[in-house]
Amino acid sequence: MKRPTRTEIRSARAAAGFLLPFLTLFLLCFIAPIGYALYESMLKVERTGALGLGGETTEVWAGFSNYAHALEDDRFTAGFGRVLLFGAVQIPLMIAFATALALLLEAASARWVGFFRTAFFLPYGVPGVIASILWGFLYVPGISPLVEMAHSVGWDVDFLGRSTVLWSIANIVTWQFTGYNMLVLIAQLKAVPGELYEAARIDGASAWQVARHIKLPLIRPALVLTTVFSLIGTLQLFAEPKVLKPLSNSIDSGYTPNLAAYNEAFTSNNQHIAAAEAVLLALVACVLSFGFLRLVGQRGKDGESR
Amino acid sequence: MTTQLTEDLPADGTPGADRGPRGKGRRRGRRNGGRRSGGRRPPLRHRIITVSLLTIAALYFLTPVYWLAVSATKSSSDLFGTFGFWFHDPHPLDYLHRVLSYDDGIYVRWFLNSLMYAGVGALAATLLSAAAGYALAKYRFPGREGIFNVVLAGVLIPGTALALPLYLLFSEMGLANTYAAVLIPSVVSPFGVYLCRIYAAAAVPDSLLEAARIDGAGEARIFSTLGLRLMTPALVTVFLFQFVHIWNNFFLPLVMLSDSDLYPIQLGLTSWQGYADRQPELYQYTVGGALLSVLPLMVLMGVLQRYWRTGLTEGSVKA
Repeated sequence: MKRPTRTEIRSARAAAGFLLPFLTLFLLCFIAPIGYALYESMLKVERTGALGLGGETTEVWAGFSNYAHALEDDRFTAGFGRVLLFGAVQIPLMIAFATALALLLEAASARWVGFFRTAFFLPYGVPGVIASILWGFLYVPGISPLVEMAHSVGWDVDFLGRSTVLWSIANIVTWQFTGYNMLVLIAQLKAVPGELYEAARIDGASAWQVARHIKLPLIRPALVLTTVFSLIGTLQLFAEPKVLKPLSNSIDSGYTPNLAAYNEAFTSNNQHIAAAEAVLLALVACVLSFGFLRLVGQRGKDGESR
Repeated sequence: MTTQLTEDLPADGTPGADRGPRGKGRRRGRRNGGRRSGGRRPPLRHRIITVSLLTIAALYFLTPVYWLAVSATKSSSDLFGTFGFWFHDPHPLDYLHRVLSYDDGIYVRWFLNSLMYAGVGALAATLLSAAAGYALAKYRFPGREGIFNVVLAGVLIPGTALALPLYLLFSEMGLANTYAAVLIPSVVSPFGVYLCRIYAAAAVPDSLLEAARIDGAGEARIFSTLGLRLMTPALVTVFLFQFVHIWNNFFLPLVMLSDSDLYPIQLGLTSWQGYADRQPELYQYTVGGALLSVLPLMVLMGVLQRYWRTGLTEGSVKA
């Protein structure tokens, strides 16, 4: 084996110096909690004393029983199903909406573009909680002008009912993030060389054909990026249902997986099951986002070889 | 494809491989969306349809904000009793003053807390990401790709799934319910490291570093004088991203904090909303407080869109 040279040692030492502060905290805030959650999720609390009512509690090994408990809990699995349904509907709609806005802004005359772009992007500056409080007021009968207006034309709308509240939450998320996704897509559109459009136009392509056959394929990486981030965001859905919960009795304590884990930890005081649920959530998020990336990665390769 | 796109970036105001620290952003002020509309303009009919569609979308995005602005001028009973999209007996300054002075000015405290969490957190996160990204881009050492992949996987892990175990961990360490409990996790930004690495690889030329080394400059000095300066546009993006991320984060402070003196604004407002059933004037304070908290960030969004876009191009083009 070749001995490292002086400069190699010097550069390795410098690299370590630059990396260490970040890596230490990354270890503390990313790796350690995962390890700790895995460990906690394998334990359970056992009470000693007669009838299990004694004051002493000890933590004992539980194996996978917390996971079994979480997966057998109908509320928790229903919450998972709910966010998956939410993602399957809301993400494509939002991405399509963002793409349409990005393409329209590209096509619009220059004077108004700045105003519209700012208007669409503003909601991203509204934190999820505030957005939920805000829309919550717009959903509650008695205070909401929307309900009042619908009522006056004879439409009895209930934004917070059993079948509607999930889509009312979807509306909040769409309102908040469409503009952000649009901006990512616009950034990618701007990176497309202008000659490409020029050439297509000279060849007689219509605006629609240019959008469909040139712009859309070229902004694919940005579409993938926004979809993955939306997917991760959807699985973590928490603030919206938490804020709307007092307003709607259709939202239970396990409405989303995150809400279930939170209530397990802070309402039921069962941190071991909460840890198991957090692990399951992270696992599903990783599997889905990696799976999606692989899926589109493969399709992309097929497309190139064709 | 990737290289081709990257080479095109400088034409768009984004500094590329050989741009020096100066000269970037010079054209930023004048360049104003739709730079390709210089040629033929689309027919009038198309333009009318486009603008109408955009207007409808703008109405959707702005209506709730408009409602908030109108409602912040109303009393709690008017909030319920009058039509939401129009003014009724407006007393904006009076009501906003009450928001600020309620409970010995707790709102101001929450606001400053939020500013501190987001400001200090984002600044530290930017510096840490810059150093790590620079090291990953500009030095060759064993395990480099391995480290980068682990950090990248961190981008895909939902932050809230980490927050609960982190709370359990921090409670063991006696850190829960302190400023540090929210600050420490906020300074770790895997996405920032990712952006900084990509940007440093493109914008910091090896030849320049070599020249500085030959001149006898130490590695730390080279990084702080050359590296940081060349990476400035990416650093601005990372800072803004992280600032908004921390400012908007709800789950982490909710889990970590129980003392309301440490609350950021979001947590404080939800606590007001929770009490509003018993204390109706809190409805009005929640609305006013929400408006006040939203204003600064919306201004920030409006002003800094361009910076934002620049950095996103870097991130998404190579994704």
